[in-house]
Order: sequence, then C-alpha cells, then structure tokens
Amino acid sequence: MDDLQNEEEQLTKVGSSRRNFLTQLTVAGAGLSFAPYLSKAKPVAPTSQLSFIEPLNLSMTVNGTKRSLVVDTRVTLLDALRNNLAMPGTKKGCDHGQCGACTVLVNGRRINSCLTLVATCEGDEITTIEGLATGGQLHPMQEAFVKHDAFQCGYCTPGQICSAVGLMKEGHAKTDAEIRELMSGNICRCGAYQNILNAIKEVQTV
Amino acid sequence: MEPFKFIKAVDNNSAVLSASAAGAKFIAGGTNMVDLMKLNIEKPSQVVDINRLKLEQIETLPNGTIHIGALVKNSDLAYHPGIKKNYPVLSEALLSGASPQLRNMATVGGNLLQRTRCPYFYDTTFDCNKRNPGSGCAAIGGYNRNNAVLGASNKCIATHSSDMCVAMAALGAIIHVQGEHGTRTIPFADFHLLPGETPHIENTLKHGELITSVEIPAISFGSKSHYLKVRDRASYEFALASAAVALDISGDRIQSARIALGGVGTKPWRSLVAEKVLMGALNNAQSYRTAAEAALSAARGYEHNSFKIELAKRTLVRALTTVGGMV
Repeated sequence: MDDLQNEEEQLTKVGSSRRNFLTQLTVAGAGLSFAPYLSKAKPVAPTSQLSFIEPLNLSMTVNGTKRSLVVDTRVTLLDALRNNLAMPGTKKGCDHGQCGACTVLVNGRRINSCLTLVATCEGDEITTIEGLATGGQLHPMQEAFVKHDAFQCGYCTPGQICSAVGLMKEGHAKTDAEIRELMSGNICRCGAYQNILNAIKEVQTV
Repeated sequence: MEPFKFIKAVDNNSAVLSASAAGAKFIAGGTNMVDLMKLNIEKPSQVVDINRLKLEQIETLPNGTIHIGALVKNSDLAYHPGIKKNYPVLSEALLSGASPQLRNMATVGGNLLQRTRCPYFYDTTFDCNKRNPGSGCAAIGGYNRNNAVLGASNKCIATHSSDMCVAMAALGAIIHVQGEHGTRTIPFADFHLLPGETPHIENTLKHGELITSVEIPAISFGSKSHYLKVRDRASYEFALASAAVALDISGDRIQSARIALGGVGTKPWRSLVAEKVLMGALNNAQSYRTAAEAALSAARGYEHNSFKIELAKRTLVRALTTVGGMV
C-alpha cells in the first residue's frame, strides 16, 4: 500500500488531472483487488499532519537551499524530493535502481535516489535537475540535450542529464565507447542514445 | 517496507552496540538493502546507519599490503591508482559490476554481503530456502538459467552475484571485523558459506559484527591479472560466467596462479585445483584448457544452465590467454 499512499500524497500536493489519470492507470494495472481501496481514495491531510510510525527530523541542502523536513524513516530521497519538497523534476522509473531515472547528485556524485534512504542524507548537498540552471541560464548539458534532440518522451531526461553532469565530473569517459559504458546506468526506452552521446560529447569538448 | 527505527552510528563501538539488538541491520550504500526492504525480503526493525564512520581510507603499507576501509565506495576503489596498477583484476571486476551510480553508492563492506539475484529469492510468491528456510527451492525445478553449477545443494542453487568478491577470492583477501567482544580477521575463503542444509546462512559474520576493512596481501604478480565477465548484454548485467586470474610467469613456465570464478558458484569460487594444475606448467593454451577442465570438474548443470559449464571453461581460458599471452 505504500505506493498507493505515495500516489495519494502526490494527488494532494499537485492535484493535476494528468496525475490523477496516471494514478488510476497505475492502480488499474495493479489488479482488481485494489478497486475497493481506489473507490475510497480521497485527498489526505498535508504531509505535515500525517502521523509517522518512526518520524525523523533532518535537514539537507537542496540546490543550494537548506531544507528541513520531518519524514518517516522509510522515505527514500526520491520520494522526499517529489512528495515532501514538491520537486517532481526527479523521476520515479523502476524504483529499484535499474533504470536511472531518479539520478541526482549527492555531494557532487551521481547516485540513484530511489535506493537512498533520505534518513542517510542528513547534512548532504543534493543537486537535482531543478538546480542545474543558474539565473535562468540552462546548464550547458541541458542546452546540449535540447540542441541534439537527446530525448523523445523526456521521462528519463532529468536522470540522463544529472548522470551526464556526474560523468563529466568523474572524468573517466574519453571515447564514445567509454561514454556509452559509463552512461549505462540510465535507460532510455525511446532509444535516444546516439543523440545523448552527441550531446555529452559536445559539452566535453567545450 | 516495514517500519524501522533509524540510528545514526557515531563510531564503531556504538555501531556494533546498536546492531547487536535483535532485528537490527547495518546500512551503508543501501543499494541492495533498500531494494530488499522495499520488497519486504529484508525486514529490519532497527537500521544502523554507518555512513559517518571513519572507514573510508585506502592505505598501502610499506610491504605492499593494502587495507581497504569497509566504507570505500566501489567506484573509488576501482579508480584508485594503486589498485589499477597493482591489482587490475580488482579494478576491472568492480567496473564490470552494476552502474556508475550504484558504484558511487555501494561500499566494499556491503558488496561482501550482497545477496543473490536468483529470481525466486526476489519473488516472494515462490518458495525459497534462503528467504524462507524450509519452504523449498523453486529454482531447482524452475527456470534456472542463471543459477549455480558449482557448490549447490538440494536446498539452494543460487549464485553469488558479486564481481568484486571473485577478484578478492583470487587475491586471497582477509576480512577484518569488529564485534561486541573485540576484533578478528576472517580469510576470504572462510567468509562465505556454501548453502548446504542452511542456505539462509550466507557468511560467518556473527549478528552485530561490523566489517571494518578488507586486507589485500601483497602479491608480487598482482599486476599480471585480469577479470573477464561474460553476460547477456554488454553492460549493467550480472555474470553468466566470469573469471579472475593472476599469473606469475617465468620464462616459458607458470610459477604460480590465482584463479576464481563468478556467476557459476554459490559463493565466490576460488579454484585451488586449477591453480595447482598451472603451478609449474608450461605457459600455453593446453595448460589453460587443462586448468579450465579441472576448475569445472565438479560442476553439475540443471535443466536450463548446463551451458554455463562450457561457458565458464572458455571464459577462464580466455582470461588466462589475456594474461598469459599464449594462444
């Protein structure tokens, strides 16, 4: 039921009809046994009024701003960003560390936020896709992705871009083959890999 | 995910104390642990965060021994200049595992405790003696293409899925741990356990014991080493078969060899028998093949994974060819 509750939180937080539609699709896909739950689904209290089984106070710096939050110990960094901090730029794909859609930078290094308990992030510096641009100017990697049409549906793109920024900092990818290998933690089901490669190469050579 | 109490350990002693409670588990990188908690396979009542402990050093002693702190990230170890130069087998093994993001999270200590990727272990609707002791093994009569051909029992045929551990097995690493009653060391070969009758007991750590470091003893021919991983896709995939090899070659003879296999065993599979075959043998393709035959002589295939026996032999021969240079 955790996923359903998360989805409910999203409903109350964002409340767009698109999200509502997606949520119902997800539940429908989960099987008929959830139907009674769905029929009773109503917007719930804001996060701050929810009761937690094991609540935790923590603070971290997100995109340069110090943020404090109260979360259940089970909350991942991904869900904290999306649900508690209302930053839905970071995407939930597989939620099991297999697709890379949730990639963010923690203390400058790319990681999977879906497999990171936010409880372990006390004091950390988090950079998400929302934090890459400065003063209305896109990050060079964002600009390169736009220029090279390095996406189709765009769902994996925030993770791809954060991963590519992390890749550049690591400095281990020189050749096309190395870039491909070291971007293999980010799956693009639209298959925009060639254009993603071109975008990264352009930023590397600048 | 089941609810749990979260404790941030400030030093080794407090970590061990907190982890000694019933139902307690350590968390470091969390790449495997959080995944298993989401699936309700791991259900700790208390999670002890050890990420702030001072276990992140890689130290090389004058005699060449390397001490790797348990919290060193897989990526930091893989790209460490001393490891790349003196033990390429370890660097290559680490870089062949998971993805860059996961390697930035995963720690050396956690990698030692990585659980199997047997699909029946992960799918809680199936019987699994590892997950639910005594329930049976769905893999033995199921789709066992990825399962083990070495070291299995009639209770479990799950492979050990770590790449790093295969290299460390070949290098004869030593694991340093700290418990409530002090510290001790565990030779790598004694750390992981065969499934036997108790596949849910995977290693010789006692409850609450903390891995503090891994020691790589100096090996003069460590720079002549290699890790070869064979898998269904080129990247971001577990091994069907892998081989970690190191060769000490003098003239036309192999003086000494280190050999371990991955993807085929229920634990990281050091093959002393294959090493013995190569000791003093001519450095040629015939010796490589003889060693490979010896390494897999005890192998037993199941319905869907018998191909792994020949695959593992060829993987080992290829790895030996790369290091030994003789075709």
